[in-house]
Amino acid sequence: MAVEHSLTQPGEQTRIHNIGYRNYDGPRLGRAYARRSLYSQSLRGAYGLGRSVKSKVLPMLLFVVMCVPALIMVAVAVATKAKDLPVDYTRYAIIMQAVIGLYVASQGPQSVSRDLRFKTVPLYFSRPIETVDYVRAKYAALASALFILTAAPLIVLYVGALLAKLDFADQTKGFGQGLVSVALLSLLFAGIGLVISAVTPRRGFGIAAVIAALTISYGAVSTVQAIAFDQSSTGAVPWLGLFSPITLIDGVQTAFLGATSAFPGGEGPSSGQGVVYLLVVLGLIAGCYGLLMRRYRKVGL
Amino acid sequence: MTVIATESLSKRFPRVTALDRLSVDVGPGVTGLVGANGAGKSTLIKILLGLSPATEGRAQVLGLDVATEGGAIRERVGYMPEHDCLPPDVSATEFVVHMARMSGLPPAAARERTADTLRHVGLYEERYRPIGGYSTGMKQRVKLAQALVHDPQLVFLDEPTNGLDPVGRDEMLGLIRRIHTDFGISVLVTSHLLGELERTCDHVVVIDGGKLLRSSSTTDFTQTTTTLAIEVTDTDEHPDGTGALRDVLHARGIETHDGSGLPGAGHILLLTAEGEETYDLVRDVVADLGLGLVRMEQRRHHIAEVFKDSDDQRARDEQMTGDDQRKEAVGHGG
Repeated sequence: MAVEHSLTQPGEQTRIHNIGYRNYDGPRLGRAYARRSLYSQSLRGAYGLGRSVKSKVLPMLLFVVMCVPALIMVAVAVATKAKDLPVDYTRYAIIMQAVIGLYVASQGPQSVSRDLRFKTVPLYFSRPIETVDYVRAKYAALASALFILTAAPLIVLYVGALLAKLDFADQTKGFGQGLVSVALLSLLFAGIGLVISAVTPRRGFGIAAVIAALTISYGAVSTVQAIAFDQSSTGAVPWLGLFSPITLIDGVQTAFLGATSAFPGGEGPSSGQGVVYLLVVLGLIAGCYGLLMRRYRKVGL
Repeated sequence: MTVIATESLSKRFPRVTALDRLSVDVGPGVTGLVGANGAGKSTLIKILLGLSPATEGRAQVLGLDVATEGGAIRERVGYMPEHDCLPPDVSATEFVVHMARMSGLPPAAARERTADTLRHVGLYEERYRPIGGYSTGMKQRVKLAQALVHDPQLVFLDEPTNGLDPVGRDEMLGLIRRIHTDFGISVLVTSHLLGELERTCDHVVVIDGGKLLRSSSTTDFTQTTTTLAIEVTDTDEHPDGTGALRDVLHARGIETHDGSGLPGAGHILLLTAEGEETYDLVRDVVADLGLGLVRMEQRRHHIAEVFKDSDDQRARDEQMTGDDQRKEAVGHGG
């Protein structure tokens, strides 16, 4: 071993690096700091930072894809001196749901399946942190990453709207509503993505399962909604929206955040139904958190 | 000073008793925890890290109670797992810095300690490359580095020599020795290979079926008696040189046995050396008989014999008490 080697030749000139073992007597910042470290590492990891070049490609690409339409809309609005943005702040995420879905599907498994697959989880639990810290840090990190992904284009839209000298109060209100909506969306999608990803250590399965869960539920709900609308049972349309994540967000923002529903015929939920929507969303977020806690209680050493 | 103390510590799973009223005190230094697979070694480490509650009994690590102060223990203790635990797509530096921060080290200190620790375990330029391309030996070093990076007072090393070739094994054992002598960190190292621990540890704890078989210093294990192995040539005068030597030694009142079961049995004579005079006596006898002395070497008692002894002991106990339940408990493991 090189260290011992240099010990046996004390006269050697290149010995300067061998300063022996030094004890650490600096601060130990404990559990809360460890949780924050895990959060920031996971958040950076969700955009491939601190990982290989290959793992940066997809999240960065999706981020760009998410923002480019907003840039184009802004450019058009500024150039044509339009009176309003072509798309509502609350509508943007609904339109771009496929991109958001892809992002959750790629980064959810990245965040948790890797730790399971390479058995890094037990190492974390040999540190001061506990199950609850791990779950919270991972959940918060993916939700934050999603919020960055969904809020960035809204910021582009808002800045563009101000540059186009659109009504400030109106735009600010719309922007605020949009931010609340995507925050809720980030929490919900992060929860669903993590719960599905945490089931399997295989990243490929995780990706496929998340995409399937998001697209199949949306496809089924929108199809049945369309059929119900055609059959003139419009009363059923809002209730059907409770069964897929993106229509849930649509319902909540239609009821409370001044959005126009993307449901067939714009048949969004009334405020009474909106309460049910909100309760289901919050219930799902809490449920995802609970399931993750249960999952990781079993993954000890 | 006691680093680890357990008091009738038991861990029962629905179908298996992993630890059975284990009481043991471990002092500073390098301590080997020996047992066959399923003897309860990993279960014990889990309990000592405060990650798994004991069914009954108590345990303290560095004076902290495992049941209530797990977090404080894990801040002061390092853990190197038996299994692979490294993500392949990050570099050793990045991984160890992250684990240092997970132990509570501020970012700057984490980077500095990582550079130091990786150097001490013998990783140099390769530490910037992704771990996926490392050899088993290098991976073991990274695993060791992450256990040491926060300068713990005690490290648990679970089967650190697993999967290493003889050279890598020797290097790892040397490193483990230095963790105590140079770094001042106490070590609890598990292994099912006894010869390794004989050379590395100050103290060995042997458990089997969750029960304590023996806890004593390695010198007690290996130096209570010295066995000499002697091999001589045959001559025309003594066609059976070994036999002739045996007869003379018996006449001088020295018990010998032929080491049956060992390689070279029949040509080798084993006897117990009481002291310096035994060596002289053997030399003189061989010279008087005119035989050629091929070898006269010390055979250290192997820790394996401890296992054998205690197995015999237990078999006798069981015969006397006829306690079938106990046999059952020993048969299972954690």
